[in-house]
Amino acid sequence: MYGLFLRHFYLITRSFPRVLDLVYWPTIQITLWGFISNFFATHTTYYNNAVGVILTCAILYDFLFRTSIGFNMLFLEEIWSRNFTNLFIAPMKIGEILISLVITALIRSLIGLVPAILLTSPLFGISILDLGIFLFFLFLSLYIFGITLGILVSSGLLRFGPSFENIAWSTMFLLAPFGCIYYPIDTLPEIFQKIAYALPLVYIFEEARNILINQNVNIENVYYAFVLNAVYFTISIILFYYSFNAAKKKGTLINMGE
Amino acid sequence: MKNLIEVKNIKKNYGKKEAVKGISFNVQENEILGLLGPNGSGKTTTIGMLLGLLKPTSGQIFINDLKLEDNRIKILEIINFISPYIELPKKLTVKQNLYVYSKLYKVQNIKERIEYLSEKLRIAELLDSITGELSSGQKNRVSLAKALINEPRVLLLDEPTASLDPEVGDFVRTFLEEYKKEKKISILLASHNMNEVTRLCKSVLMMKNGEIIDKGKPQDLIDKHGRNNLEEVFLKLSRSKNELN
Repeated sequence: MYGLFLRHFYLITRSFPRVLDLVYWPTIQITLWGFISNFFATHTTYYNNAVGVILTCAILYDFLFRTSIGFNMLFLEEIWSRNFTNLFIAPMKIGEILISLVITALIRSLIGLVPAILLTSPLFGISILDLGIFLFFLFLSLYIFGITLGILVSSGLLRFGPSFENIAWSTMFLLAPFGCIYYPIDTLPEIFQKIAYALPLVYIFEEARNILINQNVNIENVYYAFVLNAVYFTISIILFYYSFNAAKKKGTLINMGE
Repeated sequence: MKNLIEVKNIKKNYGKKEAVKGISFNVQENEILGLLGPNGSGKTTTIGMLLGLLKPTSGQIFINDLKLEDNRIKILEIINFISPYIELPKKLTVKQNLYVYSKLYKVQNIKERIEYLSEKLRIAELLDSITGELSSGQKNRVSLAKALINEPRVLLLDEPTASLDPEVGDFVRTFLEEYKKEKKISILLASHNMNEVTRLCKSVLMMKNGEIIDKGKPQDLIDKHGRNNLEEVFLKLSRSKNELN
């Protein structure tokens, strides 16, 4: 028994991502649901149509989640199937690999999104299409951010190898409390609000709620979301190239999957 | 004969550890060069550098007269690799895998190429099978088909017959001999199977601790070291070095 315990103990202590994974899952869950509970306890009359707003935000968040995880999955599947080396010795530029993954991730996300949208109407009498033409911009913004997170996590996989996998699964949960998906930003403590304002998510979800509740559009939110997306997307691409070169120096590419 | 692979004084350090300590060698057209050495001697690191998966700390690599550092994509179009440590996606059929790699390598006549390789490697009846459900020998032949899909001029083989039964191993070795002769390609073969190396390789490099400690034709090395076969030469060189250390 002790031997088996040691086998897992050694595995965990030799990998920082695994240690991090143990710590932040409970922290994130408690933080997220704490803010949600706190908001509903103090603002019970805020929403006239709480189910509609929450479901719409849930669908938007799910799209983001699926885009990001979908991108990571494509990368991880190559590692799990031990096909990673084959892929990186094929005559493809890094840009070509990224573009193909970005397009595939979009198709995967849409496959998951369409049934969810179709189900909400008959089940709850709610249509996400109530967001109007700005729905497209919100989805586009979420898609870009989801892809950005996917590229950032894939950079980590390239640089640190498969032990970074757990981070891939939990990135979205890490960001969820700051994304203000189910509650307005003023629910957050001031210090968290500063972090939230640095993410495009808060502008996207604030705007979704604004359209549904106030029936008007604040174009500034859409604009800020796109500007921040452009910044993070650029950083993610730079980081991916950096990680690829670092992996070539460190040897991660040839040992991936081991 | 033209050198298709030219390696000039390449070194690879991982931090303070010197994995490859300045080795140089060439592989000509229509030649199979054996790369021998105990585990950790630097063989895989050397192959990784030739594939552009590892950046040498110093030194230069030329493939078909092109400098690898500046022409990675062009070189990857004419090179390929097989190793038992990498696999094709298990859930795809054999045909789907070969088709995917044909597209990645921009093969022109995909159907004809797959048909040709299927016939040569006796995998025609496996084309609709799920790759993950194949036996080791079948997977090996499918991987070889993938490695030849782009008609490579340079083929890097890392333990190509490891874990194969003698019949399949012999089939693969015979195939490689004939294919090399027919296409005049260069092959770098890393193997622990000394009989295989003796049979296939015109010359061999013996590596240990990141260095080339001896090189020559298999029979010349056997004669030089006064041994009966290449395995005995391998053991002698490995052990004598250890004693020195």
